[in-house]
Amino acid sequence: MLIIDCPWCGARPEIEFRYGGEAHIARPADPAAMSDQEWADFLYNRTNPKGLHAERWRHIHGCGRYFNAVRDTVSDFFVTTYKAGEPRPDIGESGK
Amino acid sequence: MTNRFRTHSGGRIDRGAPVSFRFDGKTYSGFKGDTLASALIANGVHLVGRSFKYHRPRGFISAGSDEPNALVNVARDAARMSPNLRATQVELYEGLKASSQNRWPSLGFDAGAANDFVSPFLPAGFYYKTFMWPAGAWKRFYEPKIRAMAGLGVAPTLPDPDRYTQNYAYCDVLVVGAGPAGLAAALAAAAGGAKVWLVDEQAELGGSLLAERTATIEGKPAQQWLADTLATLAAMDNVTLLPRTTAFAYFPHNMIALAERVTEHLAAPGADLPRERLWQLRAREVVLATGALERPLVFPDNDRPGVLLADSARTYLNRYGAKPGDRAVIFTACDAGYRTALDLAAGGVAVVAVADLRREVHGELPARALAAGIDVRPATVVTGTTGRLRVSGARLAKIKGGPSVDPVGASETIACDTVLMSGGFTPSVHLFSQSRGKLAWDAASGAYLPGTSVERERSAGACRGITGLQRVLEDGYGQGEAAAKASRDAASPARGATPPPGPSAKTFPAQADDLGTDGFIGATPHARNPAFTKAFVDWQNDVTAKDITLATREGFRSIEHVKRYTTTGMATDQGKTSNMNTLGIVAEALGESVPKIGLTTFRPPFTPTTFGLFAGAARGDQFDPVRKTAIHDWAAEHGAAFEDVSLWKRAWYFPKALPDGRREDLHAAVGRECKAVRSSVGMFDASTLGKIEVVGPDAAEFMNRMYTNAWAKLEPGRLRYGVMLREDGFVMDDGVVGRMAPDRFHVTTTTGGAPRVLAHMEDYLQTEWPDLDVWLTSTTEQWAVIAVQGPKAREVLAPLIEGIDLAKEAFPHMSVREGTILGVPTRLFSVSFTGELGFEVNVPAQYGRAVWEAIFAAGERFGITPYGTETMHVLRAEKGYIIVGQETDGTQVPDDVNLGWAVGKAKKDFVGKRSLARAAMSAPDRKQLVGLRTTDPKLVLEEGAQIVADPKAPVPVPMLGFVTSSYYSAVLGHSIALAVVKGGRARIGTRLSVPMPDRVIEVEIVEPVFYDPKGDRLNG
Ligand SMILES: [Zn+2]
Repeated sequence: MLIIDCPWCGARPEIEFRYGGEAHIARPADPAAMSDQEWADFLYNRTNPKGLHAERWRHIHGCGRYFNAVRDTVSDFFVTTYKAGEPRPDIGESGK
Repeated sequence: MTNRFRTHSGGRIDRGAPVSFRFDGKTYSGFKGDTLASALIANGVHLVGRSFKYHRPRGFISAGSDEPNALVNVARDAARMSPNLRATQVELYEGLKASSQNRWPSLGFDAGAANDFVSPFLPAGFYYKTFMWPAGAWKRFYEPKIRAMAGLGVAPTLPDPDRYTQNYAYCDVLVVGAGPAGLAAALAAAAGGAKVWLVDEQAELGGSLLAERTATIEGKPAQQWLADTLATLAAMDNVTLLPRTTAFAYFPHNMIALAERVTEHLAAPGADLPRERLWQLRAREVVLATGALERPLVFPDNDRPGVLLADSARTYLNRYGAKPGDRAVIFTACDAGYRTALDLAAGGVAVVAVADLRREVHGELPARALAAGIDVRPATVVTGTTGRLRVSGARLAKIKGGPSVDPVGASETIACDTVLMSGGFTPSVHLFSQSRGKLAWDAASGAYLPGTSVERERSAGACRGITGLQRVLEDGYGQGEAAAKASRDAASPARGATPPPGPSAKTFPAQADDLGTDGFIGATPHARNPAFTKAFVDWQNDVTAKDITLATREGFRSIEHVKRYTTTGMATDQGKTSNMNTLGIVAEALGESVPKIGLTTFRPPFTPTTFGLFAGAARGDQFDPVRKTAIHDWAAEHGAAFEDVSLWKRAWYFPKALPDGRREDLHAAVGRECKAVRSSVGMFDASTLGKIEVVGPDAAEFMNRMYTNAWAKLEPGRLRYGVMLREDGFVMDDGVVGRMAPDRFHVTTTTGGAPRVLAHMEDYLQTEWPDLDVWLTSTTEQWAVIAVQGPKAREVLAPLIEGIDLAKEAFPHMSVREGTILGVPTRLFSVSFTGELGFEVNVPAQYGRAVWEAIFAAGERFGITPYGTETMHVLRAEKGYIIVGQETDGTQVPDDVNLGWAVGKAKKDFVGKRSLARAAMSAPDRKQLVGLRTTDPKLVLEEGAQIVADPKAPVPVPMLGFVTSSYYSAVLGHSIALAVVKGGRARIGTRLSVPMPDRVIEVEIVEPVFYDPKGDRLNG
């Protein structure tokens, strides 16, 4: 069982958290102005990288906060975690 | 022949404590300290099972958890029958009852053994090739036959009466394996002050030392050193010793799962003890000291009872005082065969020959064997064995020269009653591999060894290819020291490669035989007709060398494919004894080197683990949490039948006692309850509705964005039915929302939907609109909700309420008022999910039952009728009210279920709005909510049944939709159903068909509101 470092609470076991999908996909300010294709991209298309992935997690059985993490999808290692609203740390595309 | 094969002295058994046990109905005796296997061997019993596919007679191969053959059933009573236990791990206790498996009618004569003679027709991939056609025959014919003839033990039919516990624990250094390396590692780590756990799967800690006869450590006999070391460790407060404990799974961040068998070895387990304990142990550092497993040699007839691994035979002799036979032939590819030969000779077993696969034999052990007068034959192979239920001879032949595949000369049969084989040792890297560490092929020793670590773990001793007792002890000590040091400075959480240990000052002068790293991987050569020989690679799944070469000839090249095609390594032993030989055979067949072939993945559990251990206390009433409302006990006292709705227990219906003493059935009770609500008044416990309090200066704006409805203009004191969409436009939840104040909403959700809705709201609030000043609070458990529904509802409640004018004009339908009921503060809703005049009384949950009882008493003069969820469903279906999750399945937009009116068209944006604008979301052929009427008014359709236009259309018949809700309406006197049908609204008035297995039911498409379509009754 992984240990995940909540930016608010510190290191806690994986079972306290829930995955929340890819991070840094902001809801468009004016959805009505978007074409169907643009909207479909926002709704459904994700990067799904082999390597470093910025993703949302929620400390649902803890502080309840959403935060972001960079995880290597190859090794399942969490590289870092950071608060929602903060930019993705500049640590490249692959952790290997 | 009681204990005829027992030595006169020696071993770790307690000769003063004889134990009587039964195997296949026959009584035997052994000693305390025996395993079932050692006791049977001491009694001369080697035939203990029949093989999986060919039903060949089988005996013991090993003395440990790698045993592939000797699977037995141990039964304390009818509820405590454990199948598929390895007899090599079953500890003997007084009165133990064990039986063999997979034989019929008896072990000595097995009808299934005919499979052995038709075996040319049972080649690799037999299952895939044979049981393909016709499809229907699989279920009727093939599967029952296979199940009867093959398969392993039989599961008990009674519930398990024993208790299993689950514990979390933490330590600085976990040492897995209490052989010499593990003991030394534990000593070092404990001396460094670390909190140490030392676990081992065996009954006694000590590993290979338990079978040492002549070795010395630090000037003491090995067994004395072992006793002293265990005493030292046991006396330390920072050390936990756990025998009978298997580290069976390695999870990320050093979470190790341990299975501790607490009472399996006891004749009369105490009632206060759990049968097994699951430890979920988080270790800062892990030292793997899991040793090495002896490899069998793959030669013809190597599965005859009496054919054992050489070092296992030595264990039986030295540790248990059990001789494997009177006359032994040893077939070896390394010095282990000679060590066993010397110990057997010393123990009174005649060693008639040692056949050594190696061309040249030198070194200390062979020299001592020669000096002892043992017939040592280099460049010699065993090409077969004789005997039926027990080996009676071994065929030896000379290799004529060149590499191992060279032809062999004429064979000579030597009489013997046991054949002991050793192909060398395979480091036990299972846990290392489970930890995702990368294995590296070591050409020098011909083994996969731990390479790069991923977790904070290190291997020590034989599991990383170290040989020689002194080197193993010193390696263990160094790794233990390093682990203790690393555990002090490890940042948490941390994963990553561990640095190699620095040199340790500690030395362990030891005298013992060093077996080196010689060995053989693959199948040994023979000149016999391959069509009539079986050289087993995987005993448990009956896979032969021929099967594997056949698979390669048929084009399987990947080891993962060969494994699945031949099933080698896929039995419960996970190929502990077979994987390396499989690799060797594939490599030779393909002309590749072993590391080129790759390695199959090691997966947990290391050995089979019981369901009880995983279930722990989570069974029966404790399987899931049970949620009960404040009114639950009243309902139970009044005879309610309950149904599970998510985790809630909900009153389903309230069957009344009939004059004849029986109780109403569901149909009768629901009919009566429905009529009572429609004609007078009923009451319903709606406390399970999810509730969320949405509060803050921006609460209305937040609600506007989260729900399709317009909220800005909703005045405090009013209710509105809200629809929530996902961003993809599909209905996610619904519920009535009350505006309590300009900055406060009382939101209700579906039962069971509250966590999902709250998470959805939190997601948007925290990540999309953190600028909105809003708080969300779950209040589901805070409110008890009593629905009072029916034409008499107002008259029932009015006398109980203070501070709220219940008059129709002052408190119209869809309003909320705050006041008191019997002095208890309430949020009173005028709302209906039945189509009748109705109220929902929200009171703090602790007053729920008292208020319920008061309303029940006040309603008595109107015959107030408590009703359950089934009546609630019928009443709402009569009105065409949907239930999210029943009429919807996550693919309905509001208009599909006639909720288009709830979408605020003027709103610029809300979650899901943009998706509704996609053309497909308003296509005329979308499935739309309609009603169904059957031609036969009594016929109730099945929910989920498909709806078609022409049931005689060629297959596949186009499906137009399906039934979502279906009931008999006692009020209307006919059945009703709701359905979603393609272009359904345009089909109203037409007829469609519902094909069922026994007939086709004709239905008319109708409006989905069956009762009071104008809604006059809502306003009372
Ligand atoms: Zn937290």
